[in-house]
Amino acid sequence: MKISERVRKVPPSGIRRFFELAEEMDDVISLGVGEPDFSAPWGAREAAIASLERGKTSYTANRGKRELREGIAKHVDERYGLTYDPDDEIIVTTGVSEGVDVALRALVDPGDTVAVPDPSYVSYGPGITFAGADPLPVKTSDHGFKLTVEELQRAGAQHADAMLFCYPNNPTGAIMTEAELEPIAEFARENDLTVLSDEIYADLTYGREHTSIATLPGMRERTIVFNGFSKAYAMTGLRLGYAMGPPEAIEAMNRIHQYAMLSAPTTAQNAALEALESCDDDVQRMVTQYNRRRNFVLSRFEEMGIDCFEAEGAFYVFPEVPGGDAEAFAEGLLEEQQVAAVPGDVFGEDGEGHLRVSYATGLDDLKEAMRRIESYIG
Amino acid sequence: MSKRELLELLLENARYSTEDLARMTDLDETEVVSTIESLEDEGIIRGYQAVVDWNEVDEERVRASVELNVKLDRETSYNDISERLARFPEVKTLRLVSGDYDFEMVVEGESMQEVSKFISDKVAPVPEITQTVTHYVMDTYKDRGIRMSEDDDDDRLSISP
Repeated sequence: MKISERVRKVPPSGIRRFFELAEEMDDVISLGVGEPDFSAPWGAREAAIASLERGKTSYTANRGKRELREGIAKHVDERYGLTYDPDDEIIVTTGVSEGVDVALRALVDPGDTVAVPDPSYVSYGPGITFAGADPLPVKTSDHGFKLTVEELQRAGAQHADAMLFCYPNNPTGAIMTEAELEPIAEFARENDLTVLSDEIYADLTYGREHTSIATLPGMRERTIVFNGFSKAYAMTGLRLGYAMGPPEAIEAMNRIHQYAMLSAPTTAQNAALEALESCDDDVQRMVTQYNRRRNFVLSRFEEMGIDCFEAEGAFYVFPEVPGGDAEAFAEGLLEEQQVAAVPGDVFGEDGEGHLRVSYATGLDDLKEAMRRIESYIG
Repeated sequence: MSKRELLELLLENARYSTEDLARMTDLDETEVVSTIESLEDEGIIRGYQAVVDWNEVDEERVRASVELNVKLDRETSYNDISERLARFPEVKTLRLVSGDYDFEMVVEGESMQEVSKFISDKVAPVPEITQTVTHYVMDTYKDRGIRMSEDDDDDRLSISP
């Protein structure tokens, strides 16, 4: 059958090859997992079960249950000082993945350019291509994997139409502070860029509160903020996210969403509502655990003499590999020591020479994995 | 602050090595060692124990939760009574509680007969004790935050974006 040119332009994910290698082996400890090792809080799971028992299995409003949108509005206001009207400025999506896809298709024209930090989450480039636009990678490795005006300019992003980024960041764990976001916001305003800010890891920061770029002056009207339940509430498989932005943008996104998706999964929406209402303590417990593991992993890399900047968010660290060839290092590590981690260049050229190490894994496994890495390099 | 943090880590797993505790916190290992020592010296940490699933052990182990009602008089306080009871090695837990009875006591022994005999011979005759109600534990599902069955196999994809 004929495959569209749009799809043929996009190579299969580099993650896939590693996944297949890892699946062939026994006794693999994986530091390559991009989702929490916890289950969703029991309160949220119980709410999902109860909603099924009551027969709540029909569609919801296209934009999601009103109660949930109200809950989201209250939550983001309290947590991040973001104020959005649940009526026309919030849309509930099937994960942030759908939200980003719909936003790109709704807000970007074929031939447009979208600036993306390099390295970045693997879906952004392909998502931009599927929308008919061109991704513009912006180097970050010389600046602690943070976005800078210097590199935006060097890449030519002043001529771009939009930028799409994720902080706290997957794959590096880097965050952007308010002071670091300010020049980026100014750059967006001066060059009239739309900003797509994926903040799915916003609750997972260590020692610092997350700042949303949409809270900076003049940014609300040009920014779509994405967040969801997958990471903080460990609900990846329930597929539930949301997007917030100016009414005309949310309306445009809803146009696609209502035809392509109709509504986000109802059971997941019911779980999410309960998560917002009663699961803050669960989130806090998970954050505490992640932070301990983060400290542990960073300490171990330091003891091994491996360079690793202090990632302050998400559940990743991004060490430099000895020798500089991340792919060869990761393959050797998998074959000789049965430890799986994803080479940084899978996330973009500027990730070369690094390894994405996920610490969303129990401490016993982390300890053993670090021991194996130590004997691999030793 | 570091005391509280170490306390929480030890409550989670008292077998974490001091080396690992230092790695997980902002403390160095000597601080970890000295903080734990002072927690012990101050009597904040009273001991360390394993949480055992007795279903997995061949020998029999009987545990009973006993409700005790007592009558106080001018010379006898709750503390006095607790002193008498807590000295018995069979008594594993003893707490003063609110509600229908005064003390909640957990007793362990090798058989029901042994536990019953202990309660009738040693506990019931204490003059201040007016009533005992013994509940034998039939099964344990969770003890001190630790579940006795593991149902959380990691079924995540080994690599995901």
